[in-house]
Amino acid sequence: MAAPIIELQQVNKWYGEFHVLKNINLSVARGERIVICGPSGSGKSTMIRCINRLEEHQRGHIIVDGTELTNDLKNIEAIRREVGMVFQHFNLFPHLTVLENLTLGPIWVLKKPKAEAEATAMKYLERVRIPEQAKKYPGQLSGGQQQRVAIARSLCMNPKIMLFDEPTSALDPEMVKEVLDVMIQLAEEGGMTMLCVTHEMGFAKAVAHRVIFMDRGEIVEQNKPDEFFANPQNERTKLFLSQILH
Amino acid sequence: MSSVSESLPPPTTATGPVAWVRDKLFSSPLNTVLTLLSVWLLLMTLPPLVEWGLINAHFTAATSAECRASPGACWAFIGQKYRFILFGIYPYDEQWRPLLAAIILTSLIVVSCMRRFWKPRLVGIWAVGLTLVGILMWGGVFGLTYVENTNWGGLPLTLILATFGVAFAFPLGVLLALGRRSRMPAIKTICVVYIELIRGVPLISLLFMSSVMLPLFLPEGFTIDKLLRAQIAIIMFAAAYIAEVVRGGLQAIPKGQYEGADSLGLSYWQKMGLVILPQALKIVIPPMVSLFIAVFKDTSLVVIIGIFDLMNATKTSLVDPAWRGFSIEAYLFISAIYFVFCYSMSKYSQQLEKQLATGHKR
Ligand SMILES: Nc1ncnc2c1ncn2[C@@H]1O[C@H](COP(=O)(O)OP(=O)(O)O)[C@@H](O)[C@H]1O
Ligand SMILES: [Mg+2]
Repeated sequence: MAAPIIELQQVNKWYGEFHVLKNINLSVARGERIVICGPSGSGKSTMIRCINRLEEHQRGHIIVDGTELTNDLKNIEAIRREVGMVFQHFNLFPHLTVLENLTLGPIWVLKKPKAEAEATAMKYLERVRIPEQAKKYPGQLSGGQQQRVAIARSLCMNPKIMLFDEPTSALDPEMVKEVLDVMIQLAEEGGMTMLCVTHEMGFAKAVAHRVIFMDRGEIVEQNKPDEFFANPQNERTKLFLSQILH
Repeated sequence: MSSVSESLPPPTTATGPVAWVRDKLFSSPLNTVLTLLSVWLLLMTLPPLVEWGLINAHFTAATSAECRASPGACWAFIGQKYRFILFGIYPYDEQWRPLLAAIILTSLIVVSCMRRFWKPRLVGIWAVGLTLVGILMWGGVFGLTYVENTNWGGLPLTLILATFGVAFAFPLGVLLALGRRSRMPAIKTICVVYIELIRGVPLISLLFMSSVMLPLFLPEGFTIDKLLRAQIAIIMFAAAYIAEVVRGGLQAIPKGQYEGADSLGLSYWQKMGLVILPQALKIVIPPMVSLFIAVFKDTSLVVIIGIFDLMNATKTSLVDPAWRGFSIEAYLFISAIYFVFCYSMSKYSQQLEKQLATGHKR
């Protein structure tokens, strides 16, 4: 079996006294798609944010694509080039146009020529179905459109791994589908390793290879989606599923 | 009465001068009182002002005696002294040079205000412009006679102090603001101490220190020019305030912007330069321009260490025994000059704010 692209070994993290991640072990294969769910405050965001070092873990090891995350800035920047992230609140740059948002990383980080970066950006804008918005500012777009721009912005960096942190939970209900469609399309193209924190169970069933349930800083249970939903083992998982599936 | 279902006409919106007066000036009892009070104030002050400044005024007079004959303003005084007020003790026959320098400095500022010049070559334009200003003011080359900077004065000197002051203080202030938010304790401490020390001291005492105390610390025989010392004091002073203004802007930028930039793999300087500072500086345009206006006016404090800026030149013009006692005219004149510069800055900042709005604050 090929080496995992992401490896978390005995990862622990505290906020002050508060133990937010407890002995997390996780191994993600190349091209694997994982959905992470769990109650609010269970440490889902913290865990995936540790993978691109938006948060620092204090114990254990995190190895991404063969490079261990340490305080070494060069390593961190190298890993961030490989790892795209989509946030709940989009985090687009409001002072730049959509096109400029998409080309900023490729031009400054990947040192691509402007014309090439713009061509790539337009390609991805078409993939997320909003090429006509290229010259607009993020503030002029709907939430769903902004999130699709954010996905395109990450894809423009040609990452090996994509992290999604509740990408649809800040959206009005009628916009959730347009964003999920883009994510499903991305999954179906294959090849991309995806870690997605979401409570969209339809999405999990459609594309995930594995569903992980977190509670109180621990990975409580993980399984294939069919098994996970049909046969939850742990009491906490059952309780959680009964709450979100009504 | 006609049928109930008949729709009501839209409310009448009267227009025209009468309606305007009623809406804007007499819409409420308080408003009416304020309007009447303002009219009364204007009636009390305007006629005597017009009488003094225009009707009874002397626009030309060969001697001050002519002016004194009647109670009006003596604008002839300005006619006599404007060269001295504007250029100080710069050699009279060479005063086209500071005039040209002042025009170049003003143009540099105006050009920098236009967004289509916001390109790397702006730095080049500044380098050329400032070199020209230096050549013109000092001379000593191209057949221009050498003029020591102790003889500089008036408006060009004020412009030089303010322009160089802001041009150097701005980047320094931005660095201090970033340093103050740095996670490296040493850098953070240095920046905090610097900012708080400078802000705890009035500019006057900084100017005094730079002119009186600094030479004490310097090794024997090593002197820095008086004008340069004043300039450094102004830069150091302005930088501390700029740092605090910029810090305010940085604090207003949401954490998500930093994370968005980080997640793309941008380095610290790229993140700050491309994502954070453009937004932070945009937010602080109004206080920043107020600060620039304050710096421009504060340069007049160099009076106290004997530098002949616009203010000092004006003061000195008043001591000519032949033309004594026209201080109102003189100060009105330079107030007008200060006002033109400051008001333009403030107007410009309003425009810039509008231009930079990208519709994200819905
Ligand atoms: N910067 C922080 N400082 C202190 N506590 C934090 C911080 N960020 C998150 N937490 C706490 O850590 C816990 C886990 O947060 P998070 O990973 O965001 O949970 P989730 O994404 O599963 O809802 C929460 O209880 C939250 O209050
Ligand atoms: Mg979360």
